[in-house]
Amino acid sequence: MSEAKRSSVSRRALMWAPLGLAAAGGLGFWAMLRGMQDGSYDPRGVPSALIGKPAPRLALPAVAETGLPGFGEAALASPGAPVLVNFWASWCVPCVVEHPQLMALQKRGVRILGVNYKDKPADAAKFLTRYGNPFSALVADAEGRAGIEYGLYGVPETYLLDRDGVVRWRWAGPLTPDTLSAELDILLRRHA
Amino acid sequence: MRALFFALLLAPSLTLAVGRPSEMLPDPAQESRAQQIGRELRCMVCQNQSIEDSEADLARDLRRLVRERVAAGESDVAVREHIHARYGDFVLLRPPFNWVTAPLWALPVLVLTGGALALVMMRRRAARRSGPAPLTPAERARLAKLEDES
Repeated sequence: MSEAKRSSVSRRALMWAPLGLAAAGGLGFWAMLRGMQDGSYDPRGVPSALIGKPAPRLALPAVAETGLPGFGEAALASPGAPVLVNFWASWCVPCVVEHPQLMALQKRGVRILGVNYKDKPADAAKFLTRYGNPFSALVADAEGRAGIEYGLYGVPETYLLDRDGVVRWRWAGPLTPDTLSAELDILLRRHA
Repeated sequence: MRALFFALLLAPSLTLAVGRPSEMLPDPAQESRAQQIGRELRCMVCQNQSIEDSEADLARDLRRLVRERVAAGESDVAVREHIHARYGDFVLLRPPFNWVTAPLWALPVLVLTGGALALVMMRRRAARRSGPAPLTPAERARLAKLEDES
């Protein structure tokens, strides 16, 4: 009798199991969508393999057309203060979106080293006269080789190097005011 | 006329099969090694294709890098490690075993052992429940009679 009762109870539980499973799946999906909306979850976001490692050295030419100085290996090996390395291109639309944030950072005294990715020097110069120049130095990565050294997916992409030239943070995609206030400002203060 | 029509139809697929000859290494052995390596590397832009299958710019750059390193005489492992060091575990289409990927690899084992355990338990319970009922005295007497007859 009790045996039969127990089996009927477990049978009823089993009948509800698919519904429970579907509900759990729905809840997970909802949490995922919520995270994507408020930016705490990014399905395409993959952590950089360089975090905590010394920044790859770059030996690239300056972009003469912009009149800006270039930078060599020393600037990345021991910057002395936290510095941003920003990969960008004049043909890249998100770079236009990001530009005001770079300008604001530069005004606050943050040093930004630019890497002009697969671009034409004349176009790069035109871009900077039109939108302003946030870079203290600029080099050209015409072939995209430096991009691969940094594990770049695409432009824009920004790396934070601490005073010893160790990569502390990477942001793939345009920097937004939210990115600055939620992440970069804190990191800049932490490594200052 | 009809033959020409079919030949024209086939033409584009032929050029596709050849691929991008300018990218290929002249040495077929090296080229096939490069393809082997490239098929194991994820295109980070499209994410579900290997760099050999993808037409993205970054995939093309990585293909070229792989071929240069193969042509320079590096081993398959060294070439793969060169890109792994820059792009992390995600670039490998076959994920390596480490603490981060351990749950991924352990999941099938856990599911299979869990299933096996559930199966064993269900069988045990069924066996306990469905043993034949003991014989009543009348049945026992009848059985003795039957056995005597045979």
